[in-house]
Amino acid sequence: MYTQYYPQHDTERGDAMSVRHALLALLSEGPKYGLQLREEFEARTGEVWPLNVGQVYTTLQRLERDGLVESDDASEEGPQKGFHITQEGADELSQWLRTPPDFSSPPRDELVIKVLVALGLPGVDVHEVVQVHRRYLVELMQQWTRLKEDEAEFDLTFALVVDAELFRLDSVVRWLDTADGRLKRAASEPPVVSKGPRLARRLVVRR
Amino acid sequence: MSFLELRRVSKSYGEGPAEVHAIRDVDLAVACGTLVAVMGPSGSGKSTLLTIAGSLEEPTGGEVAIDGASLQAMSRNDKARLRRRTIGYVFQDFNLLAGLTAVENVALPLELDGRTGKKAQAVAMAALEELGLADRATHYPDQLSGGERQRVSIARAVVGERRLLLADEPSGALDSTNGEAVMRMILGACKQGVAAVVVTHDAQLASWADRVVFLRDGRVVDQTVPPPSPEALLEESSHSGPRR
Repeated sequence: MYTQYYPQHDTERGDAMSVRHALLALLSEGPKYGLQLREEFEARTGEVWPLNVGQVYTTLQRLERDGLVESDDASEEGPQKGFHITQEGADELSQWLRTPPDFSSPPRDELVIKVLVALGLPGVDVHEVVQVHRRYLVELMQQWTRLKEDEAEFDLTFALVVDAELFRLDSVVRWLDTADGRLKRAASEPPVVSKGPRLARRLVVRR
Repeated sequence: MSFLELRRVSKSYGEGPAEVHAIRDVDLAVACGTLVAVMGPSGSGKSTLLTIAGSLEEPTGGEVAIDGASLQAMSRNDKARLRRRTIGYVFQDFNLLAGLTAVENVALPLELDGRTGKKAQAVAMAALEELGLADRATHYPDQLSGGERQRVSIARAVVGERRLLLADEPSGALDSTNGEAVMRMILGACKQGVAAVVVTHDAQLASWADRVVFLRDGRVVDQTVPPPSPEALLEESSHSGPRR
């Protein structure tokens, strides 16, 4: 499957940043061990973001290097080694929670690119391309929605994660619907020659 | 077996050069206990498809069968009885009668079908109770919230062993939490054996369905394949889910 429905800002770097601050958040509740941090991270994120123990330790080492956490000197290296947050770490966490992620410029979105490319290609029906993606996305949404059916299993954190996924996928479907309608109208109207600056010059697209 | 079946159903308005096709050659089969969503933009023919499926409008071509009986072969009276007993409708704007309380609104189709007021009210009350609306039974529509009004209209649509539920944008102007409650209720009816069709432009509503049919310019252009179990999402290593 060569389809990437997640925009480029959802990168591993972004994930690593979230893990770093999620660990700080957990430590702000009190001192914890590495293994405990991993378990609590998974529980708090609705168990949909697995984290390997190596990632936890690498992240903790970096946090310690940056002075945001301190390890318990008395304890041994390994899963029982304890960590606590520093004042600097608490300040960093507080600032991070209130800093909006970078939504200021449009991400380089593979699906948008596919549709734009299809537009100019001879022998390619762009509506058919749009429909292929729409169906795939709706099938994915059906799977997510199914997770909601069993309300007993549906705790608050998990509900929030599922909602976020559904709204993200829904926004892509809505863009496809709008694109479809716009293309249909454009086909029945004479082309408009743009006199304004080109889109690429007006928008700074993140790479 | 399919409870509702549309075979090559078409509907056009006007004649000659002014002829407009609302739907063309639509095939649709809905089995008991399943929820099918028909998704498409405004003007794609969704509402026409629903009114034809519900015998409120005659197709200009093709055939509609409900519970194995062809609507074309039915008398006007037979169709009216089918609408009273078998089919429940849910509309975008709820369509509750303002002068009747919630329980009276729900009981109305039963009374029109010849049950006594007392019996009809008892059945209606049970339907409201099941949907968590017992304490709203004696309220008038203008004393209910939007979400409650739509729940009452669903109670009215499923009361008295109706077996086909047809809903046109059932979440209307409701927010997404109330929209979700509406879809849960429709799904609940399906679990009890009701066949349901929901037409909507909203992918989040459509995603509650067992199958989503895509309508464009009056034609069925595509449909989803039955989704695998939701667990697949969490186990999948591809980027289609959150696990990577």
